[in-house]
Amino acid sequence: MPDLTSDIYVFILAAFLGLEVIKRVSPLLHTPLMSLTNAISAISVIAAIELAGKQQTALSTILGTLAVAAAATNIVGGFMITDRMLKMFKASGKPKKP
Amino acid sequence: MTTPLVTEQVIEIIYLISATLFILSLKWLSAPATARRGVFAGEIGMILAIGATLLYRGIVDYKWIVIGLVVGTIIGIPLGRVQMTAVPQRTALSHAFGALCVALVGTSEYYLRAPDVPKFMMSVLSMEVILGSLTFTGSLMAAGKLQEILPQRPITYKGQNVVNIALLAVSVAVAVYLVLHPGETRLFPLLIAIPLLFGVLMIIPIGGADMPTVISLLNSYAGLSAAAMGFVIDSKLLIVAGALDGSSGFILSVIMSKAMNRSFTNVLFGAFGQVQVSAAAAQEARPVHTATAEEAAAILGAANAVVIVPGYGMAVAQAQHKVRELYDALSKRGVDVKFAIHPVAGRMPGHMNVLLAEADIPYDKLLDMEAINPEFPQTDVALVIGANDVTNPAARNDPKSPIYGMPILDVDKARTVMVIKRGMSPGFAGIDNELYYLDKTLMLFGDARAFVGDIVRQLTGEGHG
Repeated sequence: MPDLTSDIYVFILAAFLGLEVIKRVSPLLHTPLMSLTNAISAISVIAAIELAGKQQTALSTILGTLAVAAAATNIVGGFMITDRMLKMFKASGKPKKP
Repeated sequence: MTTPLVTEQVIEIIYLISATLFILSLKWLSAPATARRGVFAGEIGMILAIGATLLYRGIVDYKWIVIGLVVGTIIGIPLGRVQMTAVPQRTALSHAFGALCVALVGTSEYYLRAPDVPKFMMSVLSMEVILGSLTFTGSLMAAGKLQEILPQRPITYKGQNVVNIALLAVSVAVAVYLVLHPGETRLFPLLIAIPLLFGVLMIIPIGGADMPTVISLLNSYAGLSAAAMGFVIDSKLLIVAGALDGSSGFILSVIMSKAMNRSFTNVLFGAFGQVQVSAAAAQEARPVHTATAEEAAAILGAANAVVIVPGYGMAVAQAQHKVRELYDALSKRGVDVKFAIHPVAGRMPGHMNVLLAEADIPYDKLLDMEAINPEFPQTDVALVIGANDVTNPAARNDPKSPIYGMPILDVDKARTVMVIKRGMSPGFAGIDNELYYLDKTLMLFGDARAFVGDIVRQLTGEGHG
């Protein structure tokens, strides 16, 4: 039985923290923000890994494997494109790298 | 018996470190100078958590995990390398993948646990599966519309909202029944199927210009479904990550809705595009002033301060690199050039910034609406490229206009306004733009990329002669 109260606690605190932190993100970076939070929430891969690796039922293994693939897509693609976008943001006066 | 206990604790500590790194990651994203450090922190957090999970957690077989990770990497790499103009559809697709993962995990958790699922557990599990499923198809639809595989126009029919709300109500009713009778495994597929259908129908009536709000909402749903999953499997790391993603999507949705002066419900149930058919009919014949590239170049070259207002049309015409050349040519002549970015310009939050950054325009020249609006009265030329409704003074002046009250860029306060446009067709909202008929406005008819290219040629040609 999960520790419900503390889970709700964590959710509420994290939601408020998220609101405060993300409010400070410059509108310049709203696109990378979306791809980064998307990559981070692909941490759901840890649940998928457990399902795919515990071999409990055929269904859970199949769905778990598909879920691992879906989450891994977001981890790899999400971090890659976020970094690519951020590399492009340069202040004026700095030398441009070709 | 002590060894596994210690391992469990070590894993929990690693998860805690990951959660901290994720929070730092978003904190560092707040400014361009530290943003890449943020990505790095996120990556480390991710690697730590995956490593810890692989090493423990009762895993007996790695084959399927490895296959899943390899397949995901193979799909993920091309999705990480798409063109910047394709970023909105890529983002919608990534929401679909995230939601798919969540819905699949929720489904197997249910069948592993049924019929002994406590009430609270079943409630969050239902929420996880409903949100995951509707976000999956909804995001696929959004991606299809953005990629123009599906028509961008809103598709509406009579009773649409009734059908949508009824579907949502039925899936909630099924969820409630399952909470009370978790053993009814035959009902569970409905909890997936109905939201899948709802996701499709929810996006059908949404037009291209509403995409920034819709993508943000889907972002928020994907995050909330991941947080719900955290409750189901009792993972605080997932709860934290999901809550961060959910609140980020929520904030962006609020910003986007405010920038369109509309509520969430209005975006989702309003089908904006078909409201004002009558408004567009009357004013085809009103005279406008036009100018050639040569005339435009002469005016721009003689200006002191120029503000460029990019919109989705610039992205469609792939004109950002020509705009960069224009920026260079004008800057070389000592003209002060800035860019005015409306929050909903483009198809997702921040879309224009990314395109202009890709074209190597320094980010300190990209100003958001609040920062640039006070500068328009001192601006010699406001050059509008592929933006329409976000510059329409009717939003300020005409209480009868459907976009009345929407915050706009005050381009009409500049001394001269130039608008590059293919023709006189009205914008997304189907509303005529008063801006085009002002005495100070010059219409530059043509393809944005070609026209900006012509202006640049005039400016640089003159420099030589």
